[in-house]
Amino acid sequence: MAAVHVRELDVVRGSTHALRAVSLEVPESRITGLLGPSGSGKTTLMRAIVGVQLIRSGAVEVLGLPAGSPELRRRVGYVTQAPSVYGDLTARENLDYFSRIVGAAPGRVEEVLETVDLVRLSRRSVRSLSEGERSRVSLAAALLGRPDLLVLDEPTVGLDPVLRRDLWNTFRRLAEGGATLLVSSHVMDEADRCDELVLIRDGRILAQSPPAELLRSTRTADLEDAFLVLIEGAS
Amino acid sequence: MSVHVTFATALRVLRQLRRDPRTLALVFVVPPLLLTLFKYVFYGQPETFDRIGGPLVGIFPFVLMFVITSITMLRERTTGTLERLMTLPLSKLDLLAGYALAFGFVAAVQACITAAVAFGLLGLDVAGSVAVVVLLAVCNALLGMALGLFASAFAQSEFQAVQFMPAFVLPQFLLCGLLVARDRMAPLLEWISYVLPLTWAYDGLQRAVDGGDAALIARSAGIVLAVTVLALALAAATLRRRTP
Repeated sequence: MAAVHVRELDVVRGSTHALRAVSLEVPESRITGLLGPSGSGKTTLMRAIVGVQLIRSGAVEVLGLPAGSPELRRRVGYVTQAPSVYGDLTARENLDYFSRIVGAAPGRVEEVLETVDLVRLSRRSVRSLSEGERSRVSLAAALLGRPDLLVLDEPTVGLDPVLRRDLWNTFRRLAEGGATLLVSSHVMDEADRCDELVLIRDGRILAQSPPAELLRSTRTADLEDAFLVLIEGAS
Repeated sequence: MSVHVTFATALRVLRQLRRDPRTLALVFVVPPLLLTLFKYVFYGQPETFDRIGGPLVGIFPFVLMFVITSITMLRERTTGTLERLMTLPLSKLDLLAGYALAFGFVAAVQACITAAVAFGLLGLDVAGSVAVVVLLAVCNALLGMALGLFASAFAQSEFQAVQFMPAFVLPQFLLCGLLVARDRMAPLLEWISYVLPLTWAYDGLQRAVDGGDAALIARSAGIVLAVTVLALALAAATLRRRTP
């Protein structure tokens, strides 16, 4: 079963053709890595799946509904690359506000603070936190409503290795609990942690398959090389 | 629409303001100071201050709320929090009503402080009711807020948002009848003044200060609130769930 179906999606942003005839499926209860260089269309694709991107043509279906349907606002969590939280409030105040909007149970704020390891810093204004800490507040906000689909745009950028590992463990736990995750990254070393990979470049999908299969089909030993083989094959 | 979410939004906006004591101080201290300045600028012609001082109590909230809301909403757009809110189960009305509640509350406090200074310390007389002046001041603040929310959609930076203040507000301030009676302006300007909301805001305030006809005060307040609702509807239209 696929949580997300994208068919022949075309998006034009300003003068750039951001996505060209993109089709893909994001399998349910799995971690799908969306990999590609900066400017390849990862964010645009994620925005289209969340339903905040104006599209030119094509169809995006999320959890059985057209992307952007009002019913999905409780079921899809989206974390933008730049942390989208209120800098002048504390982490706790931010989460308190967002939890009221999604109608999260009392005590949920405490749980997500623990999940992203921010309990200790929760009473400091978000502005005074480091970039990595701010992005964890942003991630925590998306976890509040226990979404069925989590769309995370480069959630581990700038994090220290220990924390990165912990977050990936959290992602794994969420997937084991039934959630579907779509995680973008421009670093290949995170690809190993995904169940499924989607490689994107210049607004086109180069390949979609599990990591091991990708190595086999490209006859390469690591994913960086596999990506290169695919790029050269495509041009 | 959810009352719960509206109140949560109002609380959030107020918490943000509380984190910025300098802005709050400016909001509460600047109007009484300006009013004091007016008094001594018109030292040689106290009858002018007596005429414009009372209505000014209700005009300051309009100007200040315009600036504060347009910048608050602009920040909401530029930091991505608006996009986040638009992906959540929050209706646009919840957001706008939350803003209205929070800024209406701040405006009420501001108007009370300014009124206390004006009618207490500065010796301005009010033939009507001070409570009505304060009530009209809150209406005007909501009008400023609604126009500010709408204007913020056209600003790409805080610098631009600040520039909207002279563009949107100053012409209305000049034409509303406060400085010069409208029937003494060039006829074209007088006609234009009829369609500007601040004209009606001033009209109501002036009548309230002079103890004028309650029905006419209510008519002016009604016009101000109708324009406020219109501006809020336009502001809601600028909150897009999908963007290019």
